[in-house]
Amino acid sequence: MYAFEFHRPTSLRQAASLLGKAEDGRLLAGGQSLLPMMKLRLASPGTVIDLGAVPGMTGIERKGRSLVIGAMTRHAEVETSPVVKEAIPALAHLVSVLGDPAVRNRGTIGGSLANNDPSADYPAACLALGATIVTNQRRIAADDFFQGVFTTALEEGEIIVKVVFPIPSRAGYEKFRHPASRFALAGVFVARRGGEIRVAVTGAGDSGVFRWHEAEEALKGRFAPKSLDGLTPSTEGMNSDIHADAAYRAHLVGVMARRAVERALRR
Amino acid sequence: MAVTSIGARVVRKEDHRFITGKGQYTDDINRPGQAHAVFVRSPHAAATIRRIDTSAARSMPGVVAILTGEDLAADKIGGLICGWMIHSKDGSPMKAGAHPALAHGKVRYVGDHVAVVIAETVLQAKDAAEAVVVDYAVEKPVVDVASALAKGAPAVHAEAPDNRVFSWHLGDKAATDAAFAKARHVTALDIVNNRLIPNAMEPRAAVGDYDSGNDAFTLYTTSQNPHVARLVLSAFIGVAPEHKLRVIAPDVGGGFGSKIFIYAEETVCVWAAKKVGRPVKWTSDRTEAFLSDAHGRDHVTRAEMALDENGRILALRVNTKANLGAYLSTFASSVPTYLYAPLLSGQYDIPAIYAEVDGVYTHTAPVDAYRGAGRPEATFVVERLVEVAAREIGMDPARFRARNYIRKFPHQTPVIMAYDAGDYDASLKKALELADYKGFGRRKREAARRGKLRGIGFSSYIEACGIAPSAAVGSLGAGVGLWESAEVRVNPIGTVEVLTGSHSHGQGHETTFAQLVSDRLGIPIENVSIVHGDTDKVQMGMGTYGSRSGAVGMSAIAKALDKVIAKGKKVAAHVLEAAEGDIEFKDGKFSVAGTDRSAGFGDIALQAYIAHKFNGQELEPGLKEGAFYDPTNFTFPAGVHICELEVDPQTGDVTIEKWTAVDDFGVIINPLIVEGQVHGGIAQGVGQALHEGAVYDPATGQLVTASYMDYRMPRAEDLPSFVVDTTVTPCPSNPLGIKGCGEAGAIAAPAAVVNALTNAVGHEDVPMPATPQAMWRACRKAAQPLAAE
Repeated sequence: MYAFEFHRPTSLRQAASLLGKAEDGRLLAGGQSLLPMMKLRLASPGTVIDLGAVPGMTGIERKGRSLVIGAMTRHAEVETSPVVKEAIPALAHLVSVLGDPAVRNRGTIGGSLANNDPSADYPAACLALGATIVTNQRRIAADDFFQGVFTTALEEGEIIVKVVFPIPSRAGYEKFRHPASRFALAGVFVARRGGEIRVAVTGAGDSGVFRWHEAEEALKGRFAPKSLDGLTPSTEGMNSDIHADAAYRAHLVGVMARRAVERALRR
Repeated sequence: MAVTSIGARVVRKEDHRFITGKGQYTDDINRPGQAHAVFVRSPHAAATIRRIDTSAARSMPGVVAILTGEDLAADKIGGLICGWMIHSKDGSPMKAGAHPALAHGKVRYVGDHVAVVIAETVLQAKDAAEAVVVDYAVEKPVVDVASALAKGAPAVHAEAPDNRVFSWHLGDKAATDAAFAKARHVTALDIVNNRLIPNAMEPRAAVGDYDSGNDAFTLYTTSQNPHVARLVLSAFIGVAPEHKLRVIAPDVGGGFGSKIFIYAEETVCVWAAKKVGRPVKWTSDRTEAFLSDAHGRDHVTRAEMALDENGRILALRVNTKANLGAYLSTFASSVPTYLYAPLLSGQYDIPAIYAEVDGVYTHTAPVDAYRGAGRPEATFVVERLVEVAAREIGMDPARFRARNYIRKFPHQTPVIMAYDAGDYDASLKKALELADYKGFGRRKREAARRGKLRGIGFSSYIEACGIAPSAAVGSLGAGVGLWESAEVRVNPIGTVEVLTGSHSHGQGHETTFAQLVSDRLGIPIENVSIVHGDTDKVQMGMGTYGSRSGAVGMSAIAKALDKVIAKGKKVAAHVLEAAEGDIEFKDGKFSVAGTDRSAGFGDIALQAYIAHKFNGQELEPGLKEGAFYDPTNFTFPAGVHICELEVDPQTGDVTIEKWTAVDDFGVIINPLIVEGQVHGGIAQGVGQALHEGAVYDPATGQLVTASYMDYRMPRAEDLPSFVVDTTVTPCPSNPLGIKGCGEAGAIAAPAAVVNALTNAVGHEDVPMPATPQAMWRACRKAAQPLAAE
């Protein structure tokens, strides 16, 4: 780790102002990605602004037909929340297979979304559920939020405050874990709300999370695993590394999608 | 308090210290005035160093010194050594290139040591290390044996222009070829034994300290064998003479072999301590551990087995290319030769065996002994061949094994070893019952209904532990003897300290060794302390590796205990006023035969020290005895492991459903510890078979798997509850009948897993590690035998 300046603001306004003023400032929101990168000297922010003391950024609430989760809510709270289990059990399941207990007890939803790791789990849920990411400045639809590997629509000085998930009638998440890192080698979140079906894929694509429109179309006929039989996304745009080449990843996306639909129907 | 007998399930005495955070590891050692070392490591696999510019780094805050290979050479510090001489087929000695502790002109793998920065703090040393400017002329690397042996490949060392360190062989080629010529059936396999990274929980560390008043050095280091470290640092590297160099290895948190070797870092720390006039400390970070701990395995092998018309093995022919990395590590040359080929007979009566092994330099981290060291590689060859041969001739693999088992002992194999004792049928029979082998077909059909491919695989392994006797290993090229020492110090009130040349890095010696003393002397285990890991306390020893501490280390203790009892009898004869020949020792009491006169062990100890009852000219006061024990033979633990698993053909995911292990370790001191060793060994073997694999990029020589984000360790959730049992044939080659158990699981497991996987998919084309991706392809190949893949 290199030396850095550390701030622990006690209001959102103060946090935003510090972030605006800092040259090369980074927000600390759980630190499960940022701190390891800093320890390895692969990230070297001049200023770290810890959001841990900012009030009003945590909590889980059902508001009408939506589930609202504060940006600083830790994964473990989402995993065990009766409100989440009741409203969107697929989301509670997703968090239960995210990282390990240490990560789940420190990491936050806002931190994960702002980081937009191409193999992270939460982006798949946000995209498939059509979530809205609420910042200190505006509301951003998930479709507009994720813009590529470690890239989001967040502007300079913009801080995620909460995430609003419309509650689906059916949803399921299946993840084939990267053998070593436990991130998603291929993770597929399927969600159905009224006539709308959305399928989001994480871990597999070389530009991060994406919607698999072909599968969405196929499921419109009948929301059943069989509708996806024989369907595999194109290997073009798939990641390839020592753990999984493009063909295997594409294949896994098909398998995980069918299993996610199965899981969505199991309830 | 009660005596703790041999065979009792004693909870480990040392664990209270470890699990309450009171362990004292090398990184816990801090010396007054200590400075911190950080190594500048090569980012390139192959390069010539044009220039090292330390000027900017030197002026950075906190920097004490920056030292390079030139400084080492100027102080006449020698290079690191390989302590086992191998001669090639043509009689020429192995071609070893120089191995300086800090690079001299060239770097040969990513992570190679270029310079050391010593500063007030670790962070300051790191900052300055980044400011050291090294001008490299980058060259093309070779990372695997095939490219290293290809025509025109760049030479890693000029001394071995074709990158062959040795071209060695063992066995009777003519007899083997003749057997193949008359064979009814020949089974042939191409085998890659994957490269592994040891990943001890505690990374390596060193603190060098120099006392100018006495011109004496102390090195604290993470070593499995501190006396060997002192010997090498003193006699070969030339840091200081032995009596001026104390090596202390305090608690050591795992090693799996990787802490046997004498590395650049501890050499530099102890040398630099005098150079800069301050204690110098280095602790490896995890990335450095991946890059620079000696790796394991990495063989490419062509193996053939000849059978007669009755399914009997006639001969074995093996050709192996062993990747030794960029430099020869301390015992690197012995692992793919004398620790490998002599095990190729397995548990089988094979009349003729011929093995050829080429040791090959590449631009990768040095490769040396890793849990099992050569024996897992041999077992994998033999057990894959046996399994495939049985399948090819349509014989049940258990029956095929039994048909070829050795049944008469001692048994001389055609490859050096003389097996002293064993009952391979007993292990197989027990394992088949425990695994419900008969019910496997039913389970396979049931799995198929769930869409899973179920497989079962055997491994009838043998290992050779307690490598000995010293004269024999010397004749094979070892630079050292492989005996062990012990000293038993009885205190005046009858408590006991045992000084041993073995050194625990997780094996629980403080418990098992004390158990032996309690059993023999009839005193409570609480009254026994085990002292190890300090060359100033223990005079000389050979350390812990190769499952030798039970068979060799404890035998030395037993021998010293015999001497203590013999001396005790002399003292007791005076105290009890009887003839020495009439004194008996039993259950902690010296007594006069046929009388009720007796004295406790503690009483006699006190009498030995106060020396009131005997004449000091006739009998020396005190009660302290030492012994050096050199075994008469290797020991030969053996057993049968059966792995049953399921493959998900849709994803390639593998689930191990059941593991049965029946091992013959001879006499067992502490079953609890033995089971722990078996469990850990199986986990590591499963790790090799399914998960672990070091990958170097062939174009750049970068280690792709340099962190846990890419190097997949076995996890608890990967494994079922093991069914572990034993059979016992006591080892006739040491006084305790012990065979050793530390490596068995890691030796047996890979073949059992791959035999089960190939059984599940119905063909033999399954690589290690059998990752989900590899198994998905193997399943596709099974489904479409004519597909292009």
